[in-house]
Amino acid sequence: MMDSLTARELRDRIAGGEVTSAEATEAYFRRIDKLEPTIGAYLSLFREAALERAGQIDRKIARGEPVGALAGVPVAIKDNLCTAFGATTCGSKILEHFQAPYHAHVVEKLLAADAVILGKTNLDEFAMGSSTENSGLQQTRNPRDVGRVPGGSSGGSAAATAARMCAAALGSDTGGSIRQPAGFCGVVGLKPTYGRVSRYGLVAYGSSLDQIGPVTRTVEDTALLLQVIAGADERDSTSVPEKMAPVPDYTASLDRPVEGLRIGVVPHLNAGADAAVQQAVDAALAVYTAQGARLVELEMPHFDYAISAYYVIATAEASSNLARYDGVHYGYRSPEAQDYVEVYSKSRDEGFGAEVKRRIMLGTYALSSGYYDAYYLKALKVRNLIRGDFTRAFEQADCLMLPVSPTTAFRMGEKTDDPLQMYLADVYTIGVNLAGVPGISIPCGFDETNLPIGLQIVSAPFTEETLLRIARMYEKQTDWHRKEPTL
Amino acid sequence: MAGRIDESQVRRVAQLARLELGDDEVSQFSAQLSGIVAYIEKLNELDTEGVEPLAHCLPVHNVFRADSVRPSLGVAQALANAPEQAEGHFKVPKILEDGSGA
Repeated sequence: MMDSLTARELRDRIAGGEVTSAEATEAYFRRIDKLEPTIGAYLSLFREAALERAGQIDRKIARGEPVGALAGVPVAIKDNLCTAFGATTCGSKILEHFQAPYHAHVVEKLLAADAVILGKTNLDEFAMGSSTENSGLQQTRNPRDVGRVPGGSSGGSAAATAARMCAAALGSDTGGSIRQPAGFCGVVGLKPTYGRVSRYGLVAYGSSLDQIGPVTRTVEDTALLLQVIAGADERDSTSVPEKMAPVPDYTASLDRPVEGLRIGVVPHLNAGADAAVQQAVDAALAVYTAQGARLVELEMPHFDYAISAYYVIATAEASSNLARYDGVHYGYRSPEAQDYVEVYSKSRDEGFGAEVKRRIMLGTYALSSGYYDAYYLKALKVRNLIRGDFTRAFEQADCLMLPVSPTTAFRMGEKTDDPLQMYLADVYTIGVNLAGVPGISIPCGFDETNLPIGLQIVSAPFTEETLLRIARMYEKQTDWHRKEPTL
Repeated sequence: MAGRIDESQVRRVAQLARLELGDDEVSQFSAQLSGIVAYIEKLNELDTEGVEPLAHCLPVHNVFRADSVRPSLGVAQALANAPEQAEGHFKVPKILEDGSGA
């Protein structure tokens, strides 16, 4: 089955002329036709354009022309990444009909690498959420158990990748939005170092935290996609120049284990997770120690404050970023608006969903006169303390290992009435964004109800090459990543 | 620091954020935001005396490029998503009363 191949395997077969991109693309659309009514991963599909593009790549190969690193590979992208074709909705009614005038940097990179874009995936509205239930447009279900959430906010990308409705996908991660859904759906997800990938054309949520990254079935595929999207771009002044942090070859040394690996563990953190999660993470650590790795117990005294700091900083940035939805330049305008104030206030009240409004309110409150120092400035100081915890950790260890989430995928509707409970689901992922460091989620087992468990590995800024090698050491010893959902 | 965010504060913040909330939203947000803010106040357990605020994690500050004219969106493209437009402009309801304009 072509849809069971990894992106790397498929790419090699297409480039080698064994199969065509058109055949692969058709196979994925057959899979989508069968499963999409149940899963609901996609907000839009580009069937004709994808097949046409696949044909172009096949002709290039037939002519013997060189092709890119993702030659003919069918991929999906999260619908907060701008494409100059189709809509870019962000899962929001306010942008439901928005047609971006340009491609995001990562979309240009995918196209330049000869990938075929199948469609755009569902997300929590403006990437605000941990279950994809905050999408204003559609519900997405977890392919491992359709009564459960796929995680979020990149739930569509993770569900599509796990259900083999794409070979690989891109997501974005502001507080765990790639790693947590990857963990819930049993696939691999990487949040690169802040600044590794250009955010140009990523619809902004929390600009100092947002980062685009791959969602794939294997660590090798994540390395392949990261290679394609990483690097400086002058249109994002926070994408880091080559001279400061060169982009290495992520695939060349992937299979070389890290000698004398020191793994940082924080016992009190792991103790907060469900028993099945703790057991799976402990078993994963044993797979490493059996390969000669050494565990180093660390203290991260400020880690527990990450959620509090995050919900001030991210919402403050969101309240500013989302001020652009004014009912004037693009997006929804309320037909009821009588004057210019109502053009803003009615359009925004009708166009945004509850969670987006809640975060705009919280951020506006934290930035408002009289509260700025108490909340916003305080949170930025705590952010510095949290980053200090990570900096000290990476002086003593090559990486940190911890769960991705305290639980496996929760039931649809279980946390929708209690925003704070939903926020607490991100306890292990949020600190990584505040510190700007890279983190990867890899499958490390299943709980008693057969729901996947994710292992999170975190490393120092711009050490993705090592991080991927560490993740690969586990993947080579286990076959969790090969367990397909039964659909 | 005030813990509870009452309904009048919710209305004030909603006005700052240009959100015309319904009464049910106001009461719901009052309860939910109070709970979230109470959780956030956990930050006060930490002594941050002398700690520098960290707005973002990169050792990058100002990034400059040459001040030269480059291609940008044309008028038609810029207006393509506008809810209302007229004569090459974004159209909005009248802002000034008749006779009060310059």
